[in-house]
Amino acid sequence: MIYAEILAAGKGTRMGNVNLPKQFLTLQNRPIVVHTLEKFLVHDRFDKILVVVPREWMNHAQDIIRRHIGTDERVVVVEGGEDRNGSIMRGIQYIEEHYGVHDDDIVVTHDSVRPFVTHRIIEENIECALRYGAVDTAVPAIDTIIQSEDGRVITDIPLRSEMFQGQTPQSFNIKKLVSLYQQLTGEQRRVLTDACKIVSLSGEPVYIVRGEVFNIKITTPYDLRVAEAMCEEKEPV
Amino acid sequence: MINQVYRLVAARQFEIAYKGVDLRADHVVVRPTYLSICAADQRYYTGSRNQETMRKKLPMALIHEGIGLVAYDAAGEYRAGTSVVMIPNQPVEQDPVIAENYLRTSRFCSSGHDGFMQDYVFLPRDRVVPLFPGFDPHVAAFTELVSVSVHALGRFSRKAHSRREAFGVWGDGNVGFITALLLKTYYPDSHVAVFGKTDWKLENFSFADAVYRVDAVPESVHVDHAFECVGGIGSQAAVNQIIDHIHPEGSIVLLGVSEYPIEVNTRMVLEKGLTVIGSSRSGRDDFVETVDLLKRHPNLIDYLQRLVGVVNEVRSLRDIVETFEVDLTSPWGKTVMKWAI
Repeated sequence: MIYAEILAAGKGTRMGNVNLPKQFLTLQNRPIVVHTLEKFLVHDRFDKILVVVPREWMNHAQDIIRRHIGTDERVVVVEGGEDRNGSIMRGIQYIEEHYGVHDDDIVVTHDSVRPFVTHRIIEENIECALRYGAVDTAVPAIDTIIQSEDGRVITDIPLRSEMFQGQTPQSFNIKKLVSLYQQLTGEQRRVLTDACKIVSLSGEPVYIVRGEVFNIKITTPYDLRVAEAMCEEKEPV
Repeated sequence: MINQVYRLVAARQFEIAYKGVDLRADHVVVRPTYLSICAADQRYYTGSRNQETMRKKLPMALIHEGIGLVAYDAAGEYRAGTSVVMIPNQPVEQDPVIAENYLRTSRFCSSGHDGFMQDYVFLPRDRVVPLFPGFDPHVAAFTELVSVSVHALGRFSRKAHSRREAFGVWGDGNVGFITALLLKTYYPDSHVAVFGKTDWKLENFSFADAVYRVDAVPESVHVDHAFECVGGIGSQAAVNQIIDHIHPEGSIVLLGVSEYPIEVNTRMVLEKGLTVIGSSRSGRDDFVETVDLLKRHPNLIDYLQRLVGVVNEVRSLRDIVETFEVDLTSPWGKTVMKWAI
Protein backbone atom coordinates (compact mmCIF):
# COMPACT_ATOMS: atom_id res chain seq x y z
CA MET A 1 0.00 0.00 0.00
CA ILE A 2 1.09 3.53 -0.71
CA TYR A 3 0.10 6.16 1.85
CA ALA A 4 0.42 9.91 1.97
CA GLU A 5 0.63 11.93 5.14
CA ILE A 6 -0.10 15.63 4.79
CA LEU A 7 1.44 17.17 7.88
CA ALA A 8 -0.86 19.95 9.04
CA ALA A 9 -0.33 19.71 12.77
CA GLY A 10 1.51 23.03 13.16
CA LYS A 11 -0.05 25.82 15.18
CA GLY A 12 1.30 28.55 12.91
CA THR A 13 3.14 30.67 15.42
CA ARG A 14 5.26 32.33 12.74
CA MET A 15 2.33 33.66 10.74
CA GLY A 16 1.72 36.69 12.89
CA ASN A 17 -1.41 37.82 14.59
CA VAL A 18 -4.02 35.57 13.06
CA ASN A 19 -6.15 32.99 14.83
CA LEU A 20 -5.83 30.36 12.09
CA PRO A 21 -2.82 28.05 11.82
CA LYS A 22 -0.97 28.81 8.58
CA GLN A 23 -2.15 25.69 6.77
CA PHE A 24 -5.74 26.93 6.99
CA LEU A 25 -5.06 30.41 5.60
CA THR A 26 -6.26 31.00 2.07
CA LEU A 27 -4.20 31.14 -1.09
CA GLN A 28 -6.14 31.85 -4.29
CA ASN A 29 -9.36 31.73 -2.26
CA ARG A 30 -8.82 28.20 -0.93
CA PRO A 31 -7.15 26.97 2.26
CA ILE A 32 -3.50 26.13 1.64
CA VAL A 33 -3.95 22.60 3.01
CA VAL A 34 -6.75 21.98 0.50
CA HIS A 35 -4.48 22.96 -2.40
CA THR A 36 -1.85 20.56 -1.09
CA LEU A 37 -4.29 17.73 -0.46
CA GLU A 38 -5.67 18.08 -3.99
CA LYS A 39 -2.20 17.56 -5.47
CA PHE A 40 -2.16 14.16 -3.76
CA LEU A 41 -5.76 13.35 -4.68
CA VAL A 42 -5.00 13.65 -8.38
CA HIS A 43 -2.09 11.25 -8.02
CA ASP A 44 -3.80 7.93 -8.47
CA ARG A 45 -1.19 5.73 -6.77
CA PHE A 46 -2.24 6.60 -3.23
CA ASP A 47 -4.44 4.14 -1.39
CA LYS A 48 -5.03 6.46 1.58
CA ILE A 49 -4.19 10.08 2.26
CA LEU A 50 -3.94 11.06 5.92
CA VAL A 51 -4.27 14.70 6.86
CA VAL A 52 -2.63 15.07 10.27
CA VAL A 53 -3.93 18.07 12.23
CA PRO A 54 -4.02 19.29 15.85
CA ARG A 55 -6.88 17.71 17.77
CA GLU A 56 -8.68 21.03 18.22
CA TRP A 57 -8.61 21.67 14.46
CA MET A 58 -9.87 18.26 13.32
CA ASN A 59 -13.46 19.41 12.89
CA HIS A 60 -12.32 22.48 11.00
CA ALA A 61 -10.14 20.39 8.70
CA GLN A 62 -12.98 17.98 7.99
CA ASP A 63 -15.33 20.88 7.29
CA ILE A 64 -13.11 22.62 4.77
CA ILE A 65 -12.25 19.36 3.01
CA ARG A 66 -15.95 18.58 2.70
CA ARG A 67 -16.68 22.09 1.48
CA HIS A 68 -13.91 22.33 -1.11
CA ILE A 69 -13.41 18.73 -2.20
CA GLY A 70 -16.44 16.77 -1.06
CA THR A 71 -16.31 13.23 0.19
CA ASP A 72 -13.42 11.06 -0.93
CA GLU A 73 -12.94 7.73 0.80
CA ARG A 74 -9.18 7.94 0.38
CA VAL A 75 -8.94 10.97 2.70
CA VAL A 76 -8.75 10.57 6.47
CA VAL A 77 -8.23 13.32 9.06
CA VAL A 78 -5.99 12.13 11.90
CA GLU A 79 -4.95 13.75 15.16
CA GLY A 80 -1.33 14.92 15.22
CA GLY A 81 1.35 14.52 17.86
CA GLU A 82 3.53 16.80 19.98
CA ASP A 83 6.03 17.54 17.25
CA ARG A 84 6.70 16.80 13.59
CA ASN A 85 7.99 13.26 14.02
CA GLY A 86 5.36 12.59 16.66
CA SER A 87 2.72 13.55 14.10
CA ILE A 88 4.22 11.28 11.47
CA MET A 89 4.18 8.44 13.98
CA ARG A 90 0.57 9.17 14.94
CA GLY A 91 -0.31 8.82 11.28
CA ILE A 92 1.57 5.54 11.05
CA GLN A 93 -0.12 4.34 14.22
CA TYR A 94 -3.47 5.03 12.52
CA ILE A 95 -2.33 3.02 9.49
CA GLU A 96 -1.24 0.12 11.72
CA GLU A 97 -4.54 0.09 13.60
CA HIS A 98 -6.79 0.33 10.56
CA TYR A 99 -4.99 -1.37 7.69
CA GLY A 100 -1.99 -3.19 9.16
CA VAL A 101 1.54 -2.56 7.91
CA HIS A 102 3.17 -4.81 5.32
CA ASP A 103 6.81 -5.09 4.29
CA ASP A 104 6.45 -3.04 1.10
CA ASP A 105 4.19 -0.31 2.47
CA ILE A 106 5.52 3.20 2.07
CA VAL A 107 4.44 6.60 3.30
CA VAL A 108 5.00 9.89 1.47
CA THR A 109 5.03 12.65 4.10
CA HIS A 110 4.55 16.24 2.98
CA ASP A 111 4.25 19.67 4.55
CA SER A 112 0.69 20.91 4.19
CA VAL A 113 2.12 24.37 3.53
CA ARG A 114 3.98 23.36 0.37
CA PRO A 115 1.12 23.52 -2.15
CA PHE A 116 3.42 24.01 -5.16
CA VAL A 117 4.61 20.40 -5.15
CA THR A 118 4.47 18.77 -8.59
CA HIS A 119 3.41 15.42 -10.00
CA ARG A 120 7.05 14.59 -10.80
CA ILE A 121 8.27 15.21 -7.26
CA ILE A 122 5.56 13.00 -5.79
CA GLU A 123 6.03 10.30 -8.42
CA GLU A 124 9.80 10.17 -7.91
CA ASN A 125 9.29 10.03 -4.13
CA ILE A 126 7.04 7.00 -4.56
CA GLU A 127 9.45 5.25 -6.93
CA CYS A 128 12.54 5.91 -4.80
CA ALA A 129 10.80 5.01 -1.54
CA LEU A 130 9.71 1.68 -3.03
CA ARG A 131 13.25 1.04 -4.25
CA TYR A 132 15.45 2.49 -1.50
CA GLY A 133 13.26 2.81 1.58
CA ALA A 134 14.13 6.42 2.48
CA VAL A 135 13.91 9.55 0.35
CA ASP A 136 14.31 13.27 0.88
CA THR A 137 13.45 16.06 -1.56
CA ALA A 138 16.01 18.82 -1.92
CA VAL A 139 17.34 21.55 -4.17
CA PRO A 140 20.97 22.66 -4.47
CA ALA A 141 21.68 25.53 -2.09
CA ILE A 142 21.72 28.90 -3.83
CA ASP A 143 22.96 30.93 -0.87
CA THR A 144 26.19 30.11 0.89
CA ILE A 145 25.39 28.28 4.11
CA ILE A 146 27.28 29.39 7.16
CA GLN A 147 27.43 27.44 10.36
CA SER A 148 27.48 29.04 13.78
CA GLU A 149 27.10 27.38 17.15
CA ASP A 150 26.25 30.53 19.08
CA GLY A 151 24.67 32.68 16.35
CA ARG A 152 27.39 35.32 16.72
CA VAL A 153 30.55 33.82 15.26
CA ILE A 154 30.99 31.57 12.24
CA THR A 155 32.29 28.15 13.08
CA ASP A 156 32.32 26.82 9.53
CA ILE A 157 31.43 27.66 5.92
CA PRO A 158 30.67 24.36 4.21
CA LEU A 159 31.38 23.93 0.51
CA ARG A 160 28.27 25.27 -1.26
CA SER A 161 28.39 22.67 -4.01
CA GLU A 162 27.80 20.03 -1.34
CA MET A 163 24.94 21.89 0.30
CA PHE A 164 21.28 21.26 -0.43
CA GLN A 165 18.13 22.74 1.01
CA GLY A 166 15.69 20.18 2.25
CA GLN A 167 12.06 20.32 1.16
CA THR A 168 9.30 17.76 1.30
CA PRO A 169 7.99 15.19 0.51
CA GLN A 170 10.07 12.84 2.61
CA SER A 171 9.15 9.25 1.99
CA PHE A 172 9.87 6.01 3.77
CA ASN A 173 9.30 2.33 3.94
CA ILE A 174 6.99 2.34 6.96
CA LYS A 175 8.47 -0.65 8.75
CA LYS A 176 11.99 0.71 8.34
CA LEU A 177 11.05 4.16 9.68
CA VAL A 178 9.20 2.77 12.69
CA SER A 179 12.01 0.38 13.54
CA LEU A 180 14.65 3.12 13.43
CA TYR A 181 12.46 5.58 15.35
CA GLN A 182 11.97 3.07 18.11
CA GLN A 183 15.74 2.76 18.49
CA LEU A 184 16.11 6.48 19.30
CA THR A 185 16.38 7.73 22.85
CA GLY A 186 13.79 10.16 24.20
CA GLU A 187 16.30 12.99 23.99
CA GLN A 188 17.16 12.15 20.39
CA ARG A 189 13.50 12.18 19.48
CA ARG A 190 13.01 15.52 21.21
CA VAL A 191 15.71 17.37 19.28
CA LEU A 192 14.96 15.85 15.87
CA THR A 193 13.17 18.28 13.56
CA ASP A 194 13.51 16.21 10.44
CA ALA A 195 12.18 12.76 9.65
CA CYS A 196 15.04 11.85 7.31
CA LYS A 197 17.45 12.29 10.18
CA ILE A 198 15.80 9.35 11.90
CA VAL A 199 17.20 7.25 9.07
CA SER A 200 20.53 8.99 8.57
CA LEU A 201 21.35 8.85 12.31
CA SER A 202 21.36 5.09 12.02
CA GLY A 203 23.84 5.22 9.14
CA GLU A 204 21.29 4.14 6.54
CA PRO A 205 21.33 5.97 3.17
CA VAL A 206 18.63 8.49 2.34
CA TYR A 207 18.23 9.13 -1.38
CA ILE A 208 17.57 12.59 -2.81
CA VAL A 209 14.78 13.49 -5.22
CA ARG A 210 15.31 16.78 -7.03
CA GLY A 211 12.87 19.34 -5.69
CA GLU A 212 11.97 22.67 -7.25
CA VAL A 213 12.88 26.14 -6.02
CA PHE A 214 9.21 27.07 -6.30
CA ASN A 215 8.19 24.24 -3.95
CA ILE A 216 8.22 26.82 -1.17
CA LYS A 217 7.03 26.43 2.38
CA ILE A 218 4.50 29.05 3.37
CA THR A 219 5.28 29.83 6.99
CA THR A 220 5.41 33.61 7.25
CA PRO A 221 3.23 36.48 5.98
CA TYR A 222 6.04 37.21 3.53
CA ASP A 223 5.83 33.66 2.12
CA LEU A 224 2.09 34.01 1.69
CA ARG A 225 2.51 37.24 -0.25
CA VAL A 226 5.13 35.59 -2.44
CA ALA A 227 2.81 32.63 -3.04
CA GLU A 228 -0.07 34.91 -4.01
CA ALA A 229 2.20 36.89 -6.30
CA MET A 230 3.37 33.67 -7.96
CA CYS A 231 -0.23 32.79 -8.79
CA GLU A 232 -1.25 36.20 -10.05
CA GLU A 233 0.69 36.30 -13.25
CA LYS A 234 -0.94 37.90 -16.23
CA GLU A 235 -3.28 35.51 -17.98
CA PRO A 236 -2.87 35.02 -21.71
CA VAL A 237 -5.38 36.83 -23.89
CA MET B 1 -5.00 22.91 -6.46
CA ILE B 2 -2.05 24.92 -7.68
CA ASN B 3 -1.35 23.77 -11.22
CA GLN B 4 1.95 24.36 -13.00
CA VAL B 5 1.59 25.63 -16.56
CA TYR B 6 4.75 25.58 -18.68
CA ARG B 7 4.31 28.60 -20.91
CA LEU B 8 6.30 30.00 -23.78
CA VAL B 9 6.84 33.67 -22.90
CA ALA B 10 9.11 34.63 -25.81
CA ALA B 11 10.91 32.82 -28.61
CA ARG B 12 12.85 29.88 -27.12
CA GLN B 13 11.96 30.91 -23.55
CA PHE B 14 9.66 29.00 -21.22
CA GLU B 15 8.49 30.01 -17.76
CA ILE B 16 6.24 28.36 -15.21
CA ALA B 17 2.90 29.90 -14.32
CA TYR B 18 0.94 28.76 -11.27
CA LYS B 19 -2.82 28.63 -11.52
CA GLY B 20 -5.25 28.00 -8.69
CA VAL B 21 -7.89 25.58 -9.99
CA ASP B 22 -10.95 23.94 -8.45
CA LEU B 23 -11.01 20.14 -8.66
CA ARG B 24 -14.77 20.01 -8.36
CA ALA B 25 -15.60 22.07 -11.45
CA ASP B 26 -17.23 20.10 -14.25
CA HIS B 27 -14.14 18.95 -16.05
CA VAL B 28 -11.90 15.93 -16.29
CA VAL B 29 -8.40 16.27 -14.84
CA VAL B 30 -5.80 14.57 -17.03
CA ARG B 31 -2.15 13.94 -16.29
CA PRO B 32 -0.35 14.21 -19.66
CA THR B 33 1.89 11.25 -20.45
CA TYR B 34 3.06 11.66 -24.05
CA LEU B 35 2.99 14.94 -25.97
CA SER B 36 3.90 15.43 -29.60
CA ILE B 37 5.39 18.59 -31.13
CA CYS B 38 3.63 20.08 -34.15
CA ALA B 39 4.98 22.51 -36.75
CA ALA B 40 2.55 25.11 -35.38
CA ASP B 41 4.24 24.81 -31.95
CA GLN B 42 7.60 25.32 -33.60
CA ARG B 43 6.41 28.48 -35.32
CA TYR B 44 5.75 29.95 -31.87
CA TYR B 45 8.86 28.45 -30.27
CA THR B 46 11.20 29.85 -32.91
CA GLY B 47 9.33 33.16 -33.07
CA SER B 48 8.58 32.77 -36.76
CA ARG B 49 4.99 33.93 -36.29
CA ASN B 50 4.77 37.66 -36.88
CA GLN B 51 5.50 39.95 -33.96
CA GLU B 52 1.91 41.02 -33.51
CA THR B 53 0.75 37.40 -33.23
CA MET B 54 3.55 36.60 -30.78
CA ARG B 55 2.65 39.62 -28.66
CA LYS B 56 -1.04 38.78 -28.72
CA LYS B 57 -0.84 35.06 -27.99
CA LEU B 58 2.07 34.73 -25.56
CA PRO B 59 2.53 33.77 -22.79
CA MET B 60 0.91 30.46 -23.69
CA ALA B 61 1.51 26.76 -23.06
CA LEU B 62 2.27 24.98 -26.33
CA ILE B 63 1.28 21.51 -27.60
CA HIS B 64 -2.10 20.36 -28.84
CA GLU B 65 -1.22 16.74 -29.62
CA GLY B 66 -1.14 14.45 -26.63
CA ILE B 67 -2.48 11.67 -24.50
CA GLY B 68 -2.72 11.21 -20.76
CA LEU B 69 -4.28 9.36 -17.88
CA VAL B 70 -7.42 10.53 -16.16
CA ALA B 71 -6.24 11.72 -12.75
CA TYR B 72 -9.51 12.88 -11.28
CA ASP B 73 -13.11 13.07 -12.32
CA ALA B 74 -15.38 14.52 -9.69
CA ALA B 75 -18.43 13.23 -11.59
CA GLY B 76 -17.07 9.68 -11.55
CA GLU B 77 -17.64 9.07 -15.26
CA TYR B 78 -14.00 8.22 -15.93
CA ARG B 79 -12.03 5.96 -13.64
CA ALA B 80 -8.66 7.32 -12.53
CA GLY B 81 -5.95 5.80 -14.70
CA THR B 82 -8.09 5.66 -17.86
CA SER B 83 -5.92 6.33 -20.88
CA VAL B 84 -7.36 9.12 -23.03
CA VAL B 85 -6.52 11.32 -25.96
CA MET B 86 -7.04 15.02 -25.31
CA ILE B 87 -9.04 17.13 -27.78
CA PRO B 88 -7.57 20.61 -28.22
CA ASN B 89 -10.58 22.22 -29.90
CA GLN B 90 -13.03 23.54 -27.34
CA PRO B 91 -16.30 24.90 -28.74
CA VAL B 92 -18.34 27.28 -26.64
CA GLU B 93 -21.48 27.09 -28.81
CA GLN B 94 -23.22 24.58 -31.05
CA ASP B 95 -24.19 25.19 -34.66
CA PRO B 96 -26.38 22.83 -36.72
CA VAL B 97 -24.45 23.61 -39.91
CA ILE B 98 -20.92 24.71 -39.05
CA ALA B 99 -18.55 22.12 -37.59
CA GLU B 100 -17.05 22.87 -34.17
CA ASN B 101 -13.54 23.35 -35.54
CA TYR B 102 -14.69 26.12 -37.89
CA LEU B 103 -16.71 28.13 -35.40
CA ARG B 104 -14.85 31.38 -34.87
CA THR B 105 -15.77 31.29 -31.19
CA SER B 106 -14.11 27.93 -30.54
CA ARG B 107 -10.99 27.87 -28.43
CA PHE B 108 -7.96 25.91 -29.47
CA CYS B 109 -5.27 24.76 -27.04
CA SER B 110 -1.87 26.18 -27.98
CA SER B 111 -3.37 28.80 -30.27
CA GLY B 112 -4.51 31.64 -28.07
CA HIS B 113 -5.20 29.34 -25.12
CA ASP B 114 -2.93 27.20 -23.01
CA GLY B 115 -1.94 23.91 -24.58
CA PHE B 116 -1.13 20.62 -22.89
CA MET B 117 2.27 21.47 -21.36
CA GLN B 118 0.89 21.52 -17.83
CA ASP B 119 1.24 19.46 -14.66
CA TYR B 120 -2.44 18.56 -15.08
CA VAL B 121 -4.79 19.49 -17.91
CA PHE B 122 -8.37 20.44 -17.01
CA LEU B 123 -10.65 19.55 -19.90
CA PRO B 124 -14.39 19.86 -20.48
CA ARG B 125 -16.07 16.48 -20.09
CA ASP B 126 -16.47 15.82 -23.83
CA ARG B 127 -12.87 16.75 -24.67
CA VAL B 128 -11.38 13.37 -23.82
CA VAL B 129 -11.75 10.14 -25.78
CA PRO B 130 -10.71 6.86 -24.14
CA LEU B 131 -8.02 4.85 -25.89
CA PHE B 132 -7.91 1.09 -26.21
CA PRO B 133 -5.42 -1.24 -24.48
CA GLY B 134 -2.22 -1.93 -26.35
CA PHE B 135 -2.23 1.30 -28.38
CA ASP B 136 1.46 2.29 -28.72
CA PRO B 137 1.66 5.55 -26.71
CA HIS B 138 4.30 7.03 -29.02
CA VAL B 139 1.85 6.80 -31.91
CA ALA B 140 -1.15 7.66 -29.76
CA ALA B 141 0.63 10.91 -28.85
CA PHE B 142 -0.10 12.26 -32.32
CA THR B 143 -3.66 10.95 -32.63
CA GLU B 144 -4.70 14.58 -33.08
CA LEU B 145 -2.70 14.80 -36.30
CA VAL B 146 -4.31 11.60 -37.59
CA SER B 147 -7.72 13.04 -36.70
CA VAL B 148 -6.95 16.10 -38.85
CA SER B 149 -6.52 13.82 -41.86
CA VAL B 150 -9.62 11.83 -40.88
CA HIS B 151 -11.53 15.11 -40.77
CA ALA B 152 -10.22 16.16 -44.18
CA LEU B 153 -11.21 12.82 -45.71
CA GLY B 154 -14.66 13.18 -44.19
CA ARG B 155 -15.08 16.60 -45.77
CA PHE B 156 -13.81 15.25 -49.07
CA SER B 157 -16.20 12.32 -48.92
CA ARG B 158 -19.21 14.60 -48.46
CA LYS B 159 -18.25 17.24 -51.01
CA ALA B 160 -16.37 15.58 -53.90
CA HIS B 161 -17.91 13.83 -56.90
CA SER B 162 -18.22 10.08 -56.79
CA ARG B 163 -15.42 8.96 -59.14
CA ARG B 164 -12.66 8.07 -56.72
CA GLU B 165 -10.27 5.87 -58.64
CA ALA B 166 -7.06 7.89 -58.63
CA PHE B 167 -5.85 10.08 -55.79
CA GLY B 168 -2.81 12.32 -55.59
CA VAL B 169 -1.22 13.38 -52.31
CA TRP B 170 1.24 16.27 -52.53
CA GLY B 171 3.71 16.36 -49.66
CA ASP B 172 6.15 13.74 -48.33
CA GLY B 173 6.01 14.81 -44.67
CA ASN B 174 3.89 13.68 -41.73
CA VAL B 175 0.53 14.92 -42.99
CA GLY B 176 1.17 13.55 -46.47
CA PHE B 177 2.12 10.17 -45.01
CA ILE B 178 -0.98 9.96 -42.82
CA THR B 179 -3.36 11.22 -45.51
CA ALA B 180 -2.04 8.81 -48.13
CA LEU B 181 -2.21 5.95 -45.65
CA LEU B 182 -5.81 6.76 -44.75
CA LEU B 183 -6.79 7.06 -48.41
CA LYS B 184 -5.53 3.51 -49.01
CA THR B 185 -7.51 2.40 -45.96
CA TYR B 186 -10.80 4.10 -46.81
CA TYR B 187 -10.47 3.48 -50.57
CA PRO B 188 -8.45 0.23 -50.80
CA ASP B 189 -9.20 -0.25 -54.50
CA SER B 190 -8.10 3.21 -55.51
CA HIS B 191 -4.72 4.22 -56.93
CA VAL B 192 -2.88 6.51 -54.53
CA ALA B 193 0.13 8.45 -55.84
CA VAL B 194 2.37 10.55 -53.62
CA PHE B 195 4.27 13.58 -54.90
CA GLY B 196 7.27 14.82 -52.93
CA LYS B 197 10.67 16.47 -53.10
CA THR B 198 12.90 14.00 -51.29
CA ASP B 199 13.63 10.51 -52.57
CA TRP B 200 14.42 8.91 -49.21
CA LYS B 201 11.25 10.33 -47.68
CA LEU B 202 9.18 9.00 -50.56
CA GLU B 203 10.65 5.54 -49.97
CA ASN B 204 8.73 5.42 -46.69
CA PHE B 205 5.43 5.44 -48.59
CA SER B 206 5.62 1.70 -49.27
CA PHE B 207 1.83 1.36 -49.14
CA ALA B 208 1.30 3.87 -51.97
CA ASP B 209 0.72 2.72 -55.54
CA ALA B 210 3.19 5.21 -56.98
CA VAL B 211 5.56 7.93 -55.80
CA TYR B 212 6.88 10.82 -57.90
CA ARG B 213 9.47 13.50 -57.36
CA VAL B 214 7.70 16.78 -58.05
CA ASP B 215 10.37 17.83 -60.56
CA ALA B 216 9.89 14.65 -62.59
CA VAL B 217 6.16 14.01 -62.86
CA PRO B 218 5.25 12.53 -66.25
CA GLU B 219 2.62 14.54 -68.12
CA SER B 220 0.52 11.42 -68.47
CA VAL B 221 -0.11 11.23 -64.72
CA HIS B 222 -3.62 12.32 -63.77
CA VAL B 223 -5.72 12.10 -60.64
CA ASP B 224 -9.43 12.40 -59.91
CA HIS B 225 -8.83 14.28 -56.68
CA ALA B 226 -5.84 15.69 -54.85
CA PHE B 227 -4.73 16.45 -51.29
CA GLU B 228 -2.27 19.27 -50.71
CA CYS B 229 -0.20 18.46 -47.60
CA VAL B 230 2.79 20.70 -48.24
CA GLY B 231 2.23 23.96 -46.37
CA GLY B 232 4.41 27.05 -46.27
CA ILE B 233 5.38 28.81 -49.47
CA GLY B 234 5.68 25.37 -51.09
CA SER B 235 1.90 25.19 -51.15
CA GLN B 236 1.92 27.48 -54.16
CA ALA B 237 3.94 25.20 -56.44
CA ALA B 238 2.03 22.18 -55.15
CA VAL B 239 -1.43 23.62 -55.78
CA ASN B 240 -0.51 24.74 -59.27
CA GLN B 241 1.00 21.36 -60.09
CA ILE B 242 -2.17 19.72 -58.80
CA ILE B 243 -4.22 21.94 -61.11
CA ASP B 244 -2.11 20.73 -64.03
CA HIS B 245 -2.54 17.04 -63.19
CA ILE B 246 -6.11 16.84 -61.92
CA HIS B 247 -9.05 15.74 -64.05
CA PRO B 248 -11.89 18.25 -64.64
CA GLU B 249 -14.38 18.64 -61.81
CA GLY B 250 -11.93 17.13 -59.34
CA SER B 251 -11.59 18.32 -55.77
CA ILE B 252 -8.45 19.74 -54.24
CA VAL B 253 -8.33 19.41 -50.45
CA LEU B 254 -6.01 21.93 -48.84
CA LEU B 255 -4.38 20.79 -45.56
CA GLY B 256 -1.06 22.65 -45.63
CA VAL B 257 -0.81 25.72 -43.40
CA SER B 258 1.01 28.68 -44.88
CA GLU B 259 2.13 31.94 -43.32
CA TYR B 260 2.12 33.47 -46.81
CA PRO B 261 -0.67 34.32 -49.27
CA ILE B 262 -0.62 31.64 -51.98
CA GLU B 263 -1.11 32.52 -55.66
CA VAL B 264 -3.34 30.03 -57.46
CA ASN B 265 -3.88 29.55 -61.19
CA THR B 266 -7.57 30.40 -60.92
CA ARG B 267 -8.02 30.45 -64.69
CA MET B 268 -7.50 26.68 -64.81
CA VAL B 269 -9.57 26.19 -61.67
CA LEU B 270 -12.40 27.83 -63.59
CA GLU B 271 -11.73 26.04 -66.88
CA LYS B 272 -11.59 22.62 -65.20
CA GLY B 273 -14.48 23.38 -62.85
CA LEU B 274 -12.43 22.37 -59.85
CA THR B 275 -13.59 22.40 -56.25
CA VAL B 276 -11.20 23.62 -53.60
CA ILE B 277 -11.95 22.30 -50.11
CA GLY B 278 -10.25 23.89 -47.13
CA SER B 279 -9.73 21.66 -44.12
CA SER B 280 -8.35 22.60 -40.76
CA ARG B 281 -8.08 20.91 -37.38
CA SER B 282 -10.70 18.43 -36.19
CA GLY B 283 -13.52 17.92 -33.72
CA ARG B 284 -14.70 15.32 -31.27
CA ASP B 285 -16.39 13.14 -33.90
CA ASP B 286 -13.12 12.94 -35.81
CA PHE B 287 -11.24 11.84 -32.68
CA VAL B 288 -13.82 9.13 -31.97
CA GLU B 289 -13.61 7.93 -35.59
CA THR B 290 -9.79 8.02 -35.49
CA VAL B 291 -9.53 5.90 -32.34
CA ASP B 292 -12.13 3.49 -33.72
CA LEU B 293 -10.35 3.30 -37.08
CA LEU B 294 -7.00 2.51 -35.46
CA LYS B 295 -8.65 -0.14 -33.32
CA ARG B 296 -10.25 -1.71 -36.40
CA HIS B 297 -7.01 -1.56 -38.40
CA PRO B 298 -4.06 -2.31 -36.11
CA ASN B 299 -1.76 -2.45 -39.14
CA LEU B 300 -2.25 1.30 -39.44
CA ILE B 301 -0.48 1.72 -36.11
CA ASP B 302 2.43 -0.34 -37.45
CA TYR B 303 2.73 2.03 -40.39
CA LEU B 304 2.35 5.10 -38.18
CA GLN B 305 5.24 3.89 -36.01
CA ARG B 306 7.46 4.89 -38.93
CA LEU B 307 6.60 8.49 -38.07
CA VAL B 308 7.91 8.21 -34.50
CA GLY B 309 11.19 10.07 -34.70
CA VAL B 310 12.66 11.15 -31.38
CA VAL B 311 11.17 10.26 -27.98
CA ASN B 312 12.62 12.37 -25.15
CA GLU B 313 11.83 12.13 -21.48
CA VAL B 314 11.10 15.61 -20.13
CA ARG B 315 11.75 16.27 -16.43
CA SER B 316 12.70 19.95 -16.45
CA LEU B 317 12.39 23.20 -18.40
CA ARG B 318 15.82 22.51 -19.86
CA ASP B 319 14.58 19.16 -21.21
CA ILE B 320 11.68 20.97 -22.91
CA VAL B 321 14.03 23.37 -24.69
CA GLU B 322 16.37 20.54 -25.70
CA THR B 323 13.48 18.54 -27.14
CA PHE B 324 12.18 21.46 -29.19
CA GLU B 325 15.71 22.04 -30.49
CA VAL B 326 16.12 18.36 -31.39
CA ASP B 327 12.81 18.48 -33.23
CA LEU B 328 14.01 21.43 -35.31
CA THR B 329 16.88 19.35 -36.64
CA SER B 330 14.88 16.17 -37.23
CA PRO B 331 14.32 15.69 -40.95
CA TRP B 332 11.62 13.07 -40.57
CA GLY B 333 8.77 12.13 -38.28
CA LYS B 334 7.32 13.35 -35.05
CA THR B 335 9.13 14.31 -31.87
CA VAL B 336 7.40 12.98 -28.78
CA MET B 337 7.92 14.13 -25.20
CA LYS B 338 7.48 11.55 -22.47
CA TRP B 339 5.98 14.00 -19.99
CA ALA B 340 7.66 13.31 -16.63
CA ILE B 341 8.01 16.88 -15.41
